[in-house]
Amino acid sequence: METALTALVGLFYVVSIYLMLSRHIIRVLLGIAIFGNAVNMTIFTAGRIMREVPPIIPEGQSALDGVTANPLPQALILTAIVISFSFFAFLLVLAYRAYQELGTDDTDEMRIAEPEGEGLPPLGY
Amino acid sequence: MQTVIFRTAAPYLASLMVMFSVFVLLRGHNEPGGGFIGGLIAASAFAIYGIACGVTPVRRALYFHPMAIAGFGLFLSTVAGLASLAMGVPFLTGLWTEVHLLGVTLDLSTVLFFDFGVYFVVVGAITSIALALEEREED
Amino acid sequence: MAAVTSAPVDTSAALVQAATSLLDWVVIAPVALPILGGALLMMVRHRTHLHAAVTFAVLLATLVSTLMLLSRVVGDGALVMTMGRWLPPFGISFTADVLGASFAAAATFATSAAAVFALRDIDATGRRYGFYPFLLLMIAGVNGAFLTGDLFNLYVWFEVFVISSFGLLILGSERRQIDGAVKYAVLNLIATTVFLITIGYLYGVFGTLNMADIARKADGLRENGPLMTIATLFLLAFGMKAAAFPLNFWLPASYHTPRIVTSAMFGGLLTKVGVYALLRTFTTLFPVERAILSDVIAVVAILTMVLGALGALAQSDTRRIVGFVVISGIGTMLAGLAIGSPLALTGTVLYAVHSILIMTALYLVVGLMREAAGSFSLHDLGGLYRSHPLLAAMMLAMVLAAAGLPPLSGLWPKVVLVKAAIEGNAWWLTAAILVSSVLTTIVLGRVFALAFWRPEQDTSLRSQTRPIDAVAGYGTVFVLLVPAVWIGLWPEPFLHVAGLAAAGLSDPAAYIGSVFAAQGGS
Repeated sequence: METALTALVGLFYVVSIYLMLSRHIIRVLLGIAIFGNAVNMTIFTAGRIMREVPPIIPEGQSALDGVTANPLPQALILTAIVISFSFFAFLLVLAYRAYQELGTDDTDEMRIAEPEGEGLPPLGY
Repeated sequence: MQTVIFRTAAPYLASLMVMFSVFVLLRGHNEPGGGFIGGLIAASAFAIYGIACGVTPVRRALYFHPMAIAGFGLFLSTVAGLASLAMGVPFLTGLWTEVHLLGVTLDLSTVLFFDFGVYFVVVGAITSIALALEEREED
Repeated sequence: MAAVTSAPVDTSAALVQAATSLLDWVVIAPVALPILGGALLMMVRHRTHLHAAVTFAVLLATLVSTLMLLSRVVGDGALVMTMGRWLPPFGISFTADVLGASFAAAATFATSAAAVFALRDIDATGRRYGFYPFLLLMIAGVNGAFLTGDLFNLYVWFEVFVISSFGLLILGSERRQIDGAVKYAVLNLIATTVFLITIGYLYGVFGTLNMADIARKADGLRENGPLMTIATLFLLAFGMKAAAFPLNFWLPASYHTPRIVTSAMFGGLLTKVGVYALLRTFTTLFPVERAILSDVIAVVAILTMVLGALGALAQSDTRRIVGFVVISGIGTMLAGLAIGSPLALTGTVLYAVHSILIMTALYLVVGLMREAAGSFSLHDLGGLYRSHPLLAAMMLAMVLAAAGLPPLSGLWPKVVLVKAAIEGNAWWLTAAILVSSVLTTIVLGRVFALAFWRPEQDTSLRSQTRPIDAVAGYGTVFVLLVPAVWIGLWPEPFLHVAGLAAAGLSDPAAYIGSVFAAQGGS
C-alpha cells in the first residue's frame, strides 16, 4: 500500500513541478494546487497506513485496544488543507486581478514592478 | 443561474443547510462533526444563496460583514483559551462544567466555545471569499 | 449527549500537573494579545478611528510582555507552556528561550514604531481595508513563530504571517503591487509547502514534531534515518523564506511595491523569521547535519552577501536598494550559521536583532526622503541636506549602521562574526563579510551623496512633497535609532544576551530539559 502511494506521490510532484515551470500563471496555480495535494499525501503516507480501524475509543473503555490508524497525520493534513485552500483562493483572486489589471497571464510580461531596460543609477554628480 | 426552480428552492435549501450546520457543530461535542465542517456547510449555504439570488441579499441577510463574523470567531476562540487563565492551568486547556436547565443536564466547556469560534471564523472567511468571487462574476 | 454515562477516565497521568502561575502567561501573551486585538479590530472594521488607538494599546502590552519574557528567560532559562495541559510531546509546547524571546521583543518593538509611522503613511481607505488588523495578525504570526516549540505549529505561524502579509502587500491594489504580490505569493507558498513536505518526512522518521523531542531523538536515528535529506530540505525551505541567494528573487520583485511602512515591516521582520527557523533547526535539531552542510551554507552566505550588495549598486530606486541591502544582511547572518561556533552564533543573533531595527528604520528613512523630495529615484533626489538637515543626520546614521561602522549597532555583530570566522579559519567568509560591508558603505554612501549633497535636481517635484511629521516621521526613526546607538556604544548587555541565546542553541540540553521537566528531564 505504501509503495503504491509513494509512486502516486512521486507522480503528483512530477506533474506539479512541470506545471509550475510554466510561464503562465494559471498553469502555475494548477501546479500549486497539485503540489499541495502531493504534500498532503506525503504526510499521509509518512504517518503509516492502517486501513479501516478508526482511532476511536470504544464505549466503556479508557484506552484504544490494538493497533489503529494514526490520527495525527490526518489532523496535520486537515490543517494543511485548510491553509492551502485559503491560500489557493487568495491566489486565484490575485491571479484574476493580475490578469485584469496587467492584461497578461505570462509572467515574462509582468514587468510593472521591475521595469525592463531601467538605466544605471547616476554615476556621478 | 436565473432558473425559477433554483431561485425558489435556494432560500429553503440555504436555511436547511444552515440548520444542518448548527447540528453538525453541536454534534462535534462528542462525535464526528465540529466547528470546521459545520462552518463549511454554512458557508456553502450562503454561497448557494448568493449564486441564486445575488450577493446583495446575502449581505443583507447576514447583517454583519463576513470578515466581522470571522473576527468575532477568532475573538471567541482566543477568549475560550484564555479562560484557563483563572484556573491556573495552561492556555487552551478544556474546562468543563455542568449546567442544570429545566431538568436537563448540559455539559458546557471552553472546548465548545472554541468550536463555536472556529465555526464563525470558517463561516466568515469562506463566505467572504465566495461572495467576493460571485460579485466579480456580475460585473 | 450527557445521557451516555461511562466511567470517568483518569487522564491525570497524561496531563501537566504543575500549576501554571500567572507569570507563566508571558510566554503566550506576545501571540494571544495581538490576535485578540486583531480579532477585535476585524469586528469593528468600519470604525477606523478606533483602529490606531487599539493597535497602539495592544502593541504596547505585547511589547511589555515580550520584555518581561526576555528578562525572565535570561534569568531562569527557557520557559515552557504546553497547550491544553497535555504532556509534551503530545501537547504543543510554547517554548521561549533567549533566542526566541529576544527576536520577539525586537520584532514587536520595530512593529510598534512602524505602527506609529503608519498614522501618516496609511490613509483612511487603507485603514478601512484593514491595515491595522493585518498588522496585528502579522506580528502575532511572527511572535508565534519565534516562540513555538513545535514544528507543525511553526508552519501554522508561518502561514499566519504570510497570509496577513498578503493583505498588507496588496493594500491599495495598484498595478505594481499586484505584479509584486503575484511573485511574492507564489514563491512564498512554494517555500512553505516545501517546509510542509519536510515536516511530513520528519514525522515519518521521528514520529514526533516537538522540537525538543526531535532534538533528543536525533542521535538515535542518525544511523538509519534520512536526516541529511530532511536537513537539506529545511535549508531549501527556510533559505527561500530568508531570501538566501539562489532563492531570493521574490524579495526585490515585491518589497518595493507596497506602502513604505509595509516594506519596512517586511524588511525588518519577515526574512528574519526564516533566519530564526534556520538557526533553530540547524543548531537545536540537526547540529551534525549543520556541520556537514556548513560548506554549502558558507557558499550561500558569501554569494548572498556579495551579490546582494552588488545588486544594490545597480539599482536607482531607493526602495529596491534597501531590498538588496536586506538580502546582503541575510548573507551575513548565514555566515555565522556556516561557522557554527558559539561565538559565531552570538554574532548572528546580535546581527539579526540589529537588522530587525535598522532595516525597518532604513525603509522608513527612504519613505521620509520620498516625502521630502517627492521621489524614490536616485535620478530625481537631491538637495535634501539643505532643506532637511535632521533627515540627513538620520540617513548618515543608517549608512553607518547598515555598513557596520561605529558608533552604531552594525559594528559589534560584524566584529564578532569576523573574529569567529578567523578563529574558524573561514577566510573566505571573513573576506566576504568585509567586502560586503565596503560595498554596502559605497551603496548607501552614494545614496547619501546624491540625495543630500547634490543640488536639487527637479523643482517640478516640489508639488509632490509634504512636510515630515515630527512624531509619525522623525519620531519613529529616532525611536528605532535609540537601541541601535545603545548597541553601538554599550554593547556588553546585548552581547551577553546574544551569547546566552547562542549558548542555548549550541547546547540544547537545557532547552530539552525545560520542555520535559514534568517527566524528570530527558
